[in-house]
Amino acid sequence: MSTQTTRPVEQVDSVTIRFVGDSGDGMQLVGTELTKASAQAGNDLATFPDFPAEIRAPAGSLAGVSGYQVHFGGRAVHTPGDAPDVLVAMNPAALKTNLADLRPGGMLIVNSGAFTESNLEKAAYKSNPLDDAALKKSYRVVSVDMNKLTETALTGSGLSSKEVARCKNYFALGMMYWLYGRPVDMQVESIQKKFAKKPELAKANVTVFKAGHAFGETCELFTGQYMVPAAKLKPGLYRNVTGNGAAALGIAAVAKLSGKQCFLGSYPITPATEILQDASYFKDMGVVTYQAEDEIAGVGSAIGASFGGAIAWTTTSGPGLALKSEMIGLAVITELPLVIINVQRGGPSTGMPTKTEQADLLFALFGRHGEAPLPVIAADSPGDCFYTAIEAARTAVKYMTPVLMLTDGFIGFGSEPFRVPEDGELKPIEVTYQTKPNHDGNTYMPYKRDAKLVRPWAVPGTPGLEHRVGGLEKDSLSGMVSYDGMNHEKMVKTRAQKVANIVADVPDAEVTGNQTGDLLLVSWGGTKGSVDGATERLLAEGKKVGHVHLRWLNPLPKNLGAVLKGFKKVLVPEVNDGQLAFYLRAKFPGVDPLQFNRINGKALKISELSAKALEILG
Amino acid sequence: MSTTTALPTYTKKDFESGVDPRWCPGCGDFSIINQVQKLLPSVGVARENIVFISGIGCSSRFPYYMNNYGMHTLHGRAPSFASGLKVSRPELQVWLITGDGDALAIGGNHFIHAMRRNMDIKVMMFNNRIYGLTKGQVSPTSELGKKTKTTPFGSADYPFNPPALALGAGATFVARSVDIEGAHMGEVLKAAADHRGSTYVEIFQNCPVFNDGAYTFMTDKAVKADAQLRMVDGKPLLFGKDLKKGIRFNPQSAELEVVTLGVNGVTEKDVLVHNPRREDPTIAFMLANLSAKPGFPTPIGIFRNVEQPTCDELNWQQINAAKQKKGDVSLRKFLAGSDTWTVK
Ligand SMILES: Cc1ncc(C[n+]2csc(CCOP(=O)(O)OP(=O)(O)O)c2C)c(N)n1
Ligand code: SF4
Ligand SMILES: [Mg+2]
Repeated sequence: MSTQTTRPVEQVDSVTIRFVGDSGDGMQLVGTELTKASAQAGNDLATFPDFPAEIRAPAGSLAGVSGYQVHFGGRAVHTPGDAPDVLVAMNPAALKTNLADLRPGGMLIVNSGAFTESNLEKAAYKSNPLDDAALKKSYRVVSVDMNKLTETALTGSGLSSKEVARCKNYFALGMMYWLYGRPVDMQVESIQKKFAKKPELAKANVTVFKAGHAFGETCELFTGQYMVPAAKLKPGLYRNVTGNGAAALGIAAVAKLSGKQCFLGSYPITPATEILQDASYFKDMGVVTYQAEDEIAGVGSAIGASFGGAIAWTTTSGPGLALKSEMIGLAVITELPLVIINVQRGGPSTGMPTKTEQADLLFALFGRHGEAPLPVIAADSPGDCFYTAIEAARTAVKYMTPVLMLTDGFIGFGSEPFRVPEDGELKPIEVTYQTKPNHDGNTYMPYKRDAKLVRPWAVPGTPGLEHRVGGLEKDSLSGMVSYDGMNHEKMVKTRAQKVANIVADVPDAEVTGNQTGDLLLVSWGGTKGSVDGATERLLAEGKKVGHVHLRWLNPLPKNLGAVLKGFKKVLVPEVNDGQLAFYLRAKFPGVDPLQFNRINGKALKISELSAKALEILG
Repeated sequence: MSTTTALPTYTKKDFESGVDPRWCPGCGDFSIINQVQKLLPSVGVARENIVFISGIGCSSRFPYYMNNYGMHTLHGRAPSFASGLKVSRPELQVWLITGDGDALAIGGNHFIHAMRRNMDIKVMMFNNRIYGLTKGQVSPTSELGKKTKTTPFGSADYPFNPPALALGAGATFVARSVDIEGAHMGEVLKAAADHRGSTYVEIFQNCPVFNDGAYTFMTDKAVKADAQLRMVDGKPLLFGKDLKKGIRFNPQSAELEVVTLGVNGVTEKDVLVHNPRREDPTIAFMLANLSAKPGFPTPIGIFRNVEQPTCDELNWQQINAAKQKKGDVSLRKFLAGSDTWTVK
């Protein structure tokens, strides 16, 4: 550390910092910069951005507050953190909407310069909260006029006052770099790279960043610095990924691992849009993207491409999944491979587009007309979206079926370090097209199945195998239209059995903690991190608890029934009103899971969940 | 995958799937499939590289009867499947079979977008001005006042003019033919097969069961000469008995009008010469709208036929350029991106 300060350096296990300000204040930017620096310092971490649904809510208003939370630590970090230890609030509205989350006794860094009469009014404060003595009693308040200090640092820069005001986020970042001992040079380089096309802004931001850093060092407002030791991560090359970014990388990886084209037909919708956006850059990797006129056409184009032999994808969120329902039924009856990625958000209807929820589980499992079962798999963290996408595609082509992959806004927008797999670490994906007749008399029977009940995939351009598929029920061999009732029953059962057969590829459920005992916590999808965290705490307190995480929702792992029955009680925490609990009750009569549900648009808090578990344990 | 170097010599039979069509006796769809099966041996594309995609309706059963790759999809959604397939596999020749309800009611949105993208797909819309498969409800092309099962007192809404809609949506090939005009349909379909880009062919199709005689106003021998305008590339727009009537562009009113040769000094020189290759679709649009005007004939033939880079082609230019620029990148290098750090 390059400081001459005599102030103490305190080692902390982990820390959660939240930057909050106006949408235009650049909070996402400084949040990601601190994230990168922490990652490079070897910390494990998780982040979560929180931004308003409106793109440009009025400046200074409560609706316009945008935030970014990063949790980094010297041990495994499961979630972006329950409650921030440090809250950096750039204006009154940001303070008002976030203060309640700050942990008691936490550090509150405020930009006092923004606490003007008009801003206070916009935030509906009757008096300046910074003058409130109670605030200083509850938190360690560090009040800094970042507006003025930024202006001072930039006197004579020739920038307009608007441009100067935009630099103040780097002042805040500079202070945090000092506080957590992050290397200044690296950030300077990063600013220069970011503003390469506008050298005058690069210079200004570097100046302000350094001023913020120096301010931390020289002013007496901070009592000391903090050191978060490096975490024990698996050795390798790392990068930062968001869940949506990782899903897009997964699509490209599938193209490379299979040697086939990946076709993504989609339509923008929060919080899934970034997958389509990112994938649009991966043309050289064998990814073809197509932004259709709506979600129905998005999945339709994908099924068309799948008929043509591509590994086809569609990405969406709740309302879009509803629109795709009829199409997915067609993919089920035609038995064409397809991966549907649904990034869940608060519903129903437009609901809470930028907030997370897990309320599409039952819709994913059952939301189609007719008997239309399909495999459902859920990612559990941002980086896991990569591996889940690959697994979903592998399953789709291996079993000739649509596969529904669930993620959610929390992991889609959240980020974490991602170890880049070595070349050869990922298994190739085998895709075989039918090229020869498969039946008597040199004919091709598109619904003649193998032992796993999988039908062949013959694609246009293959001479002699010309055939028709469609939404009408088909003869169990020739695929020709059939209105025979018994044939229909046979086909319904066969399609269901084929999906059930996928259980062979579903790993057994693994219990962490106690293998049998008093309480089993069951997580699925994005709640894994919170449940991991809670389980750790409960085990540390000597409780007889276990945790099982479900990656596959259909088929469920073979041993799940036995696992559930090994515990006196089962608790299912979910960000919905109890959908997995409902499903498990139906699947495993006799097991009556207790529920812990939060539907507030946020990830589950480890502290709340642990408290609930302790209450149950009595 | 087959190469197209040595195409087998096909006959009409090679394109028959062997499944007997299930249309009602006398249905106009029979003559249409007959023309398509007659045409395909001559389009210069291998049978396995031709794909028929359809929506839902009587018309949309079509792919089952063709011995090509085919997909019978969802009501209204065929353009989405066809577009995805074409973007994914641009070397395929993709035909789309649809009905007036399928294309213009439930599928209207997909239809206009396929047209405006100049996606290289060939849409054949069998227009019987009724919902056939669901047994006789009003369709978006049924005439105002039409009595159907769901409009027992007459339809209270105005119909689409399909070629005008296709032109407005940006289709680069727009044509119309009639089920009972086999030779004419054959020529139009040949031109459609040769066109690259969004191709729309409306076929007036009689549904003898639910809307019999929908087109007698222009197919009946007694009225045909005056009621049909056959548009021929490079030829003046003449019609009527002995081709004595013509269509003239009136520069004062900026409208098309009917003139009679030899009356008021009108000669053939005054008559508009048909040119479907105009980039500007305005005249084509005026022609498409003629049929709605009392006293005017209904045009058949090709309204518009212009070449523009297609959507699938433009996509692949980008893909190929990206591949050329970046070369073969290893998966690890790709996944690493530009911002990495090493944990020891
Ligand atoms: C989603 C959906 N809605 C409604 C239907 C019922 N349906 C089938 S065909 C059809 C209308 C067909 O009319 P048209 O497209 O003109 O075809 P035609 O039968 O006249 O050839 C309708 C309403 C359906 N199959 N799917
Ligand atoms: S109902 Fe009409 S359109 Fe349908 S098959 Fe019968 S005649 Fe043809
Ligand atoms: Mg019809």
